[in-house]
Amino acid sequence: MNSKKWEPRIVAFFCNWCTYRAADLAGISRMKYAPNVRIIRVMCTGRIDPQFILNAFSKGADGVLIGGCHPGDCHYVEGNYKALRRFRLLSRMLKDMGIEEGRLRLEWISASEGEKVQWAVNNMLEKVRGMGPLDLPDHFKEWDKEMEMVKPELSEKVVRNG
Amino acid sequence: MGKEKPKIAFYWCASCGGCDESFLDLAEDILDLVEKIDIVFWPVALDYKRKDLEALPDQSILMTMINGSLRTSEQEEMALLLRRKSKILIAYGTCAHLGGIPSLANQFEREKILEYLYKSAPSVVNKENVLPKIQYDEKGHKVTLPEFRNVVRSLDQVVDVDYYLPGCSPPPKLLKKAFSLLLSQELPSKGSVLAPDIALCYECPRIESKPKDLSIAEFKRLHHTQPAPEKCFLAQGIACIGPATRGGCEARCIQGNMPCTGCFGPTSRVRDQGAKILSALASSVKAKSEEDIDRALSGIPDPVGSFYRYGLAKSLLRVKRIESNNSVESKNNGVEK
Amino acid sequence: MDDLKEEIRIGVYVCHCGTNIAGIIDVKEVSRTAAGLPGVVISRDYKYMCSYPGQAIIQEDIKEYKLTRLIVAACSPLMHEETFRNAAAKGGLNPFSFQMVNIREHGAWVNDDKEAVTMKANDLIRAAVYRIVCHKPFQRTRVDIQPSVLVVGGGIAGIQAALTIANAGKKVFLVEREPTIGGHMAKFDKTFPTLDCAACILTPKMTSVKAHPNITLWAYSEVRKVEGFVGNYKVQVGRKPRYIHEDLCVGCLKCIDSCVYEKPQFPKEFDLGLSKRKPVYIPFPQAVPQIPVIDPETCNKIKFGKCKQLCMEACNERKAIDFDQKEKIEEIEVGAIIIATGFKIFDPKRLPCYGYGIYQNIYTSIEVERLLNASGPTGGKVVLQNGKKPETVGIIHCVGSRDVLNTNSWCSRVCCLYSLKLAHLLKEHTEAKIYNFYIDIRAPGKNMEEFYNRVSKEGIHFIRGRAASVTLDDSDENMSGVVIQAEDTLIGKTLKVPVDMVVLSVGMEPQPDAKEVGRMFSIPCAENSFFLEQHPKLAPVSTMTEGIFLAGCCQGPKDIPDTVAQAGAAASEALSLIDNGYKELEPYTAYIEEDECAGCKTCIPLCPYSAISLHEEKKKAIIQETLCRGCGVCVSACPSGSIKQKLFEDREIFCEINGVLERQ
Ligand SMILES: Cc1cc2nc3c(=O)[nH]c(=O)nc-3n(C[C@H](O)[C@H](O)[C@H](O)COP(=O)(O)OP(=O)(O)OC[C@H]3O[C@@H](n4cnc5c(N)ncnc54)[C@H](O)[C@@H]3O)c2cc1C
Ligand code: SF4
Ligand code: SF4
Ligand code: FES
Repeated sequence: MNSKKWEPRIVAFFCNWCTYRAADLAGISRMKYAPNVRIIRVMCTGRIDPQFILNAFSKGADGVLIGGCHPGDCHYVEGNYKALRRFRLLSRMLKDMGIEEGRLRLEWISASEGEKVQWAVNNMLEKVRGMGPLDLPDHFKEWDKEMEMVKPELSEKVVRNG
Repeated sequence: MGKEKPKIAFYWCASCGGCDESFLDLAEDILDLVEKIDIVFWPVALDYKRKDLEALPDQSILMTMINGSLRTSEQEEMALLLRRKSKILIAYGTCAHLGGIPSLANQFEREKILEYLYKSAPSVVNKENVLPKIQYDEKGHKVTLPEFRNVVRSLDQVVDVDYYLPGCSPPPKLLKKAFSLLLSQELPSKGSVLAPDIALCYECPRIESKPKDLSIAEFKRLHHTQPAPEKCFLAQGIACIGPATRGGCEARCIQGNMPCTGCFGPTSRVRDQGAKILSALASSVKAKSEEDIDRALSGIPDPVGSFYRYGLAKSLLRVKRIESNNSVESKNNGVEK
Repeated sequence: MDDLKEEIRIGVYVCHCGTNIAGIIDVKEVSRTAAGLPGVVISRDYKYMCSYPGQAIIQEDIKEYKLTRLIVAACSPLMHEETFRNAAAKGGLNPFSFQMVNIREHGAWVNDDKEAVTMKANDLIRAAVYRIVCHKPFQRTRVDIQPSVLVVGGGIAGIQAALTIANAGKKVFLVEREPTIGGHMAKFDKTFPTLDCAACILTPKMTSVKAHPNITLWAYSEVRKVEGFVGNYKVQVGRKPRYIHEDLCVGCLKCIDSCVYEKPQFPKEFDLGLSKRKPVYIPFPQAVPQIPVIDPETCNKIKFGKCKQLCMEACNERKAIDFDQKEKIEEIEVGAIIIATGFKIFDPKRLPCYGYGIYQNIYTSIEVERLLNASGPTGGKVVLQNGKKPETVGIIHCVGSRDVLNTNSWCSRVCCLYSLKLAHLLKEHTEAKIYNFYIDIRAPGKNMEEFYNRVSKEGIHFIRGRAASVTLDDSDENMSGVVIQAEDTLIGKTLKVPVDMVVLSVGMEPQPDAKEVGRMFSIPCAENSFFLEQHPKLAPVSTMTEGIFLAGCCQGPKDIPDTVAQAGAAASEALSLIDNGYKELEPYTAYIEEDECAGCKTCIPLCPYSAISLHEEKKKAIIQETLCRGCGVCVSACPSGSIKQKLFEDREIFCEINGVLERQ
């Protein structure tokens, strides 16, 4: 990884009824966008547990994109409002944890807006590229290196559950 | 009695001392306990030295309870040593379990912490700007101090842990139960948290008053309100972490008219307690537009402090990301040498 | 977490999709990489996985390699997930031990960089492999469906829906709260845009309802309780006492003639108080059912316990009259429900500036409909209070509509057109000079603009501007006339127009009890409290509660053609549901582990379908699977992680995340 040029990695959570379909449409229309995004399908943005987002960051995502139906259009009435509420608070919390605004992004993309998927991914990628790597896994490793300094006769039993 | 009594050790790392004190909460039961066991190490109460511990054969201690989180090389060494000497290692109390309050320091750079504590805090007078050094000569004597680590850790981020006894501090009932469980032959499965695996609301005396259609107009800060003595805190718009927190404390804080702040940590089904309570509380807000949502949530001005009060070290993000942290390596052991 | 003791044997199939995928993605490489993942026992690539031979390979492999899990990396799951689930099932696997990976729409088709897309495919497949280990087998739940439908509300919407379903041979219960069906339409004289007589087109339908062998009509009745779920609703209907037994009455109406009140004395509801009725009455001559009602508020016998009871005498041996009648509760089971409770007109007293109820000769549109009607209070004559014909009439549009600040934000859609209709009819009946005060003329729909053109050529005056006020005309000696003040926005001048009569074109509002009705049927009201459809475009007659549909103005303002069309749509949705006999529920439903739930109640209000309730003894939340649609909102909100969603369990998604991010 380190030997290669750094490429941002984005995990996207798209709802089944609008944004996932929009991404399909982008494909059907052969719209090209950056290959750095990995789309995970959930039934509704309301299913997105903030734990998923934190887990994505902690496992090496440089950005997380949430895509759902426009307000008022959620297939399950108000799932996207619940997502929005969590997003607002989570964004604030991430900022407090030193994770730049923009690494977590929420976009309303209806099933007909293939182009918006293309734009959102490319635009986000550009922004995240500008921020540089987040790379939490390496940070965790770096921090934990300091523990290797403890007396070797003791450390043979070191087990970490980070 | 012919049979040797099981050997037990207690140790403290970065902690307030409350956990050690909590053994005394056993009251007269403690006499019973002392009858059954042989305490081989307990720095806070008995005069044992590290060399006494080192002299014990490996695995000769049945059970060691360590409280406090870990931030110095000495604490790591002691944890490793105790691990080596003990059959069962228990993270005792929230700090050992999840990092505890001390791990809120993971929001600050280590240099900044030292700087503040030794130089800029209003109560400090340090004209020569002396900072602690790992080694220095004092009239020909070499004196060493432990290293101050970059981050605060929970016990299991340093050594392998068998069981966890949660709480700040663990209540005597659970402690007693844990003792009788662990002294018996039926050990729970490794990694268990020795408390009920169900959230606090289940045993909260206020649960009846929590409405089935809770929709929070805005969060209120505790010090801006007079919480009603019998009504669910959330029903009053006061953030309560109880729904995302393991029960077993018998709702001690709630009985004192304070909302739950989450010291027992999450249930076994949850990886990140803060994220989960964030999800639950934010979902329950009434507002729909960004501005209204932000306004409603402005009563939670410090989400990290509110949701990870006891568990930042064990959270998914662990440490606040600070730009200069990017190069931890370069300034590793950066304390003046 | 429960241990997975079963052996995990995964088969991975990478589809070329001709050159669609294989042209960009190195499918051989992808298949080779997959073969090295934990649990994978066979990995292949093939030209067209969805083809018959492609599916056959899968089925053979399941047997030969004893596969317990199946992954196909091909097109979008929205395209072929069902295909491969079926293939899995045919091969003897549980259909949900399958996971589809989208490497076409989300891979080959959106990227040019071969190396990068191949890596993307590898990542996505790795995620699926990690995820599928957690999959648990399960069956789709089926529920039986009662082959009958309840229709609530007997306006034109309810009538149309009931007839459609009954004609298809299914049983219908039609519940109407008033003594007669017909709704608002029964009150009109003519209907726009064709100006055909309302009674002529409506009353035949009303009689068919009564006569239809498949329809049970319960007028003067209301739904009291609804329980159950799609296909199996248990409903209690309260049949209010008419004090006349429907089964004994023959509709001779002799009781009305013989009532001790010789003259009608009490305001008649059907005519909005413009005429009088007796305590025993029939709302209008063509009422269905043709059975009178006795109003307990005005009947001497019921109210004061004393009366000669001449009606009883007149009814004679038929003995239909019964002053001790009580509300009777009927219990029915139905598979589907259609709500057709209609609308209420805006009460213009809320806008005192228009003088309604203050000055004489100010009417609402619906009152004018009655005045124009040959069977109405005046026998179809439009006269002023002084008995003279009006010489000038002002019609004020948009009363209670399109007024965000004071009344309702929405356009009621029919008022412009019925105002035109009334202008035409008033002119026809009185030859008066007619002024229409409008904001815009909204005449969308087939033949509507033509209707406007026709009426505007009839010498009707149009003044563009919202009328500001109606005040007494001081210059009028009789002090009976009024002045309408409005700004004509086309010439930018304030006008004062003296008129003899004012018609207020009142808008449509939700029924005053819409919220309670909505709660009873678990169907939410939109912001303005008309009932909310499941999807504004794609499911316009469905509601958030499965098996409950909407028809007519209870969903929002509309005219009769649209109401009838919507009623037909609701009827066919209900039919397609009940005709099947059973229904398969979504596989993605959520469930709660009882031991784990703390009863914190967080989830209960979050469910859009009220699928979650609190078990009152156990103090734990329970999800009624038949109501759950699988959005997962409760799962992610459950603060103790005690709600799981089939196929979208936390750990499945965690594994997926870990999988896409693991470094190659
Ligand atoms: C003044 C005026 C003139 C109009 N003129 C025309 C026209 O010329 N042409 C045209 O196309 N449209 C016209 N419209 C529109 C037309 O009235 C509606 O499109 C039509 O009546 C809608 O029918 P509906 O069945 O949805 O509602 P409704 O006619 O309101 O019928 C609803 C029925 O449900 C019953 N009900 C309500 N609640 C309950 C309950 N809880 N339980 C049981 N029963 C209940 C009511 O008693 C009523 O019988 C006019 C509207 C107005 C106000
Ligand atoms: S939210 Fe807090 S106060 Fe309310 S019932 Fe749960 S633990 Fe008790
Ligand atoms: S998954 Fe959605 S629909 Fe199902 S019970 Fe939970 S909130 Fe209701
Ligand atoms: S279904 Fe798309 S956001 Fe809810």
